[in-house]
Amino acid sequence: MGVEGADTQAAAALAASPFGAAALEPGVVIDGFRLETRVHQGGMANLWQVNHPDHAQPLLMKVPRLRPGEDPATIVGFEVEQMILPTLTGPHVPHFIARGDFTHQPYIVMERIEGSSLASRADDAPLALDEVTELGARIAAALHDVHRQHVVHLDLKPENVLQRGDGTAVLVDFGLSRHDALPDLLAEEFRQPMGSWPYIAPEQLHFVRSDPRSDLFALGVMLYQFTTGELPFGEPQSMRALRRRLHVQPAPPRALRSDCPPWLQELILKCLEVDPAQRWQGAAHVALALADPRQVPLSARAHRSAAAGWLARLRRRYFALGQGAPTKAPRSARVQATRNPIILAAVDLSEGSSELAVQVREIVRRVVTTEPGARLACVSVLKTGLLSVDDYNDARGANRQVLQLAALKHWARPISKGLNLDEGRLTFHVLESTDPAAALIEFAQRNGVDQIVMGARGHSTLRRYLGSVSSQVVAQAPCTVTVVRI
Amino acid sequence: MRIALLSDIHANREAFEAVLLHAADQRVQRWVLLGDYIGYGADPSWVVERVRRMTAEGAIAVKGNHDEAVVRGSRPSMRLDARHSIEWTRGHLDAAQLEFLASLPMTHADNDGPSLYVHANAWDPAKWAYVETRHDAVRSLHATAARYTFCGHMHDPMLYHLSGTGKAGEFKPEPAVPIPVPPHRQWLAIPGSVGQPRDNNPAACYAVFDRTQAELVFHRVAYDHETAAAKVRMAGLPQDLADRLNEGT
Repeated sequence: MGVEGADTQAAAALAASPFGAAALEPGVVIDGFRLETRVHQGGMANLWQVNHPDHAQPLLMKVPRLRPGEDPATIVGFEVEQMILPTLTGPHVPHFIARGDFTHQPYIVMERIEGSSLASRADDAPLALDEVTELGARIAAALHDVHRQHVVHLDLKPENVLQRGDGTAVLVDFGLSRHDALPDLLAEEFRQPMGSWPYIAPEQLHFVRSDPRSDLFALGVMLYQFTTGELPFGEPQSMRALRRRLHVQPAPPRALRSDCPPWLQELILKCLEVDPAQRWQGAAHVALALADPRQVPLSARAHRSAAAGWLARLRRRYFALGQGAPTKAPRSARVQATRNPIILAAVDLSEGSSELAVQVREIVRRVVTTEPGARLACVSVLKTGLLSVDDYNDARGANRQVLQLAALKHWARPISKGLNLDEGRLTFHVLESTDPAAALIEFAQRNGVDQIVMGARGHSTLRRYLGSVSSQVVAQAPCTVTVVRI
Repeated sequence: MRIALLSDIHANREAFEAVLLHAADQRVQRWVLLGDYIGYGADPSWVVERVRRMTAEGAIAVKGNHDEAVVRGSRPSMRLDARHSIEWTRGHLDAAQLEFLASLPMTHADNDGPSLYVHANAWDPAKWAYVETRHDAVRSLHATAARYTFCGHMHDPMLYHLSGTGKAGEFKPEPAVPIPVPPHRQWLAIPGSVGQPRDNNPAACYAVFDRTQAELVFHRVAYDHETAAAKVRMAGLPQDLADRLNEGT
C-alpha cells in the first residue's frame, strides 16, 4: 500500500486546506477549538489538549496523520471512528463533542478522560487476583454497554481501556470497530487481519467483523495477561505465528500461577475458545461470573494443568478449518447482546409470601421458557438491621445466609428440574442490605440484568410502613420490570 | 438542506401520499423524484398530476423507463405484465400529462453536493441498465464527478460507496438509522421503491439526504397497500400486480 494507496482525494483536499498536518501547533484555533499542548504522538494520530469557550473542561482533539504515502488504514480507520463515536453514549466511552471532515481539517473532539490506560497495569502483571477480578468486571460492563449500542470494538487491548476516577472503564479508539447498522468502510479495504495481534480473535483472521464475542476473546487475553504476566499466544510477528491461535491451546493460567483459582482459569479459557459458540455468549455473562465466582460452573477447562494434548489440538484445528467458510453470518452486536438476556427473579421468602413466591416462579418459568438463551439469577435480599454489624454474631449471620440460599434453591427447584438449565444458566444470590429495593437495583445495574420479575404484596401492614419495594424498583431499575400480583 | 428522494412510485397513490406525509414531518426542504411515476399501479393520472404540481413548485423530477415507454407506447421486447400495464396507463392519461412526462429530463445535476439525480445509472442513462451489483455501482460512480448519485430503477434500498483508494463497498441500509456520508467518498444511493417494494416488506421506501450534515436516512413507511391492491384488481390489471403489493415482492 504505497503512495497510490493513500486516499488521494483526502490528501489533495488536505494539501489545499489552510491547515497542513505540519501547521498544527499550540495557539492554532480550528473551528473554535484552541490547541494547547500535544499530549500524544501516535502512529495513526496525534492527540491535542484543546479548549473551547463553550466548554469549561479541557477537551481532547484527535487528528489523523495524513501524509502522502500514509497507510490508508490511518485514514479509513479515522473515518470509521468519526462515524461510530458520535453514535455512542454513556459512561463507558468518551463523550463526543465535534468532528471536522476530510475536505477541510479532519479531527474528532471528545471528552478528555484523566485516568491512564490499563497498559501500565499490564506492565505490572501479574496482578493481585482481586484486581484482576475487578478490572475484568469493569471491562466486561463497558463491553456490554457498547455491544448494546450496536458496536463491536474489535481492537480491545490494555492501551484502549481508560479508567474514570471511580474506576469505570472507558473504551477508546473505535478506528477498527463495526457498527451493525452502518456501512463497514473497512470491510473491503484490507487484506491483512486488522487488530492488535496479541489480542485478536481467531475469527478476525477470517475477516469476520460483526461478532461481539470477538471482544470477549480479547478480554480473555487481557485477563490471562493480568493474571499470569504473559500473553496466551505471545506476540506474533508473522502471519504464521498469528495463526497459531487457531490450533494451539494456551498454557493453562494455573500452570503459570499456582494460586490462580480454578474458576478464574475456567473463565479465562472459556473466553479464549477458538469457536465463538464455545465462549461466554455475552459480556454481561462474564460480568456476572466475575461478580460471583462461586457460581462459575467448572468444566474440564478449570482443571487443565498442561498445554493441550494432541486430541484437543486436533479438535481446535478442525474447528478452525471449518471457520474458513462460515455458513451463516454471525449475529449483529445488538442482537447478540440482547439474545441471551439475564432474568433476575427477586424472591421474597419471608413468612406469609409463599403464595406470591409460587406465582413469581410461574411467571419466571414462562419468561425463561420463551428465551432459550436466557440466564436466570435468583436473588433474595436478607434485610439487615440498621445497626447491623451486630457483633452478636457473624456465625449467626453466616448461618442465615446459608439457610436463605438453601431456601432460594428449593424455591427454584421446579424450574431447574423442569427446564434442564445447563452450565451455569441458573445462579443464586443472597444479598444483605438495609434497603432491599436499592440492593436489587444495584445488582441489576452491575450485572447488566435485562428483566426483573418480582412480586408485589397487595395490602399488608408491612407495605404500609415500609413502602413498596416493587414500586421503587419499577421506578429506578435500569431495565424492564415485571411485577407479579395475586 | 434536507432533500427527500422518492423513486419508482408506479402509480401507487396510497404509497405516494403516505411518503409525502412522512417526509413532510422530516422537515424536508426539497423534493427529488427519480422517475417511474407510472406503470403497474391503478392511479397514474392522480400521481402524474401530483408530480406535475410538485415540479411547478420547485421539485426536481427525472424520467424513468416506464415514463418513456408510456409516452412512446409499449414495445414487444417488454415483459408481458409491463406491456399490459403501459397500454392500460396510456388510456388513463390525457395529452397534457403525456406531454409532461415526455418533457422530463434524463438527469439532473445539482451543484449542491455536487449531486446527480438519474433514474437508472450515470454511464448511459437512456439505455436503462440496472445498478445491480457493486461492479455496476463503480461503473456509474466512475462516469460522474458528482460526490452523490441518487438513482432508482432498482426497487430495493441500497447504498454503495467508493473511496479515494478505489475500494468500493456496499451496504443494505436499516430503516431510520442516520448514515454519515462524508463527501470525500463517492456515494451511490438507491432509496428503494415508493410504490412497489420488492424485499418482502410491503412498506414504502424513500430516503432523506441532509446535505449540511452529510447524513442519509433510509425510511420505510407503512401505508394502506390493501386499498392500493384492491384498486389494481378493480382496474382489471394483472392479479399478481395486486398480490405483490400486499406481499412486498
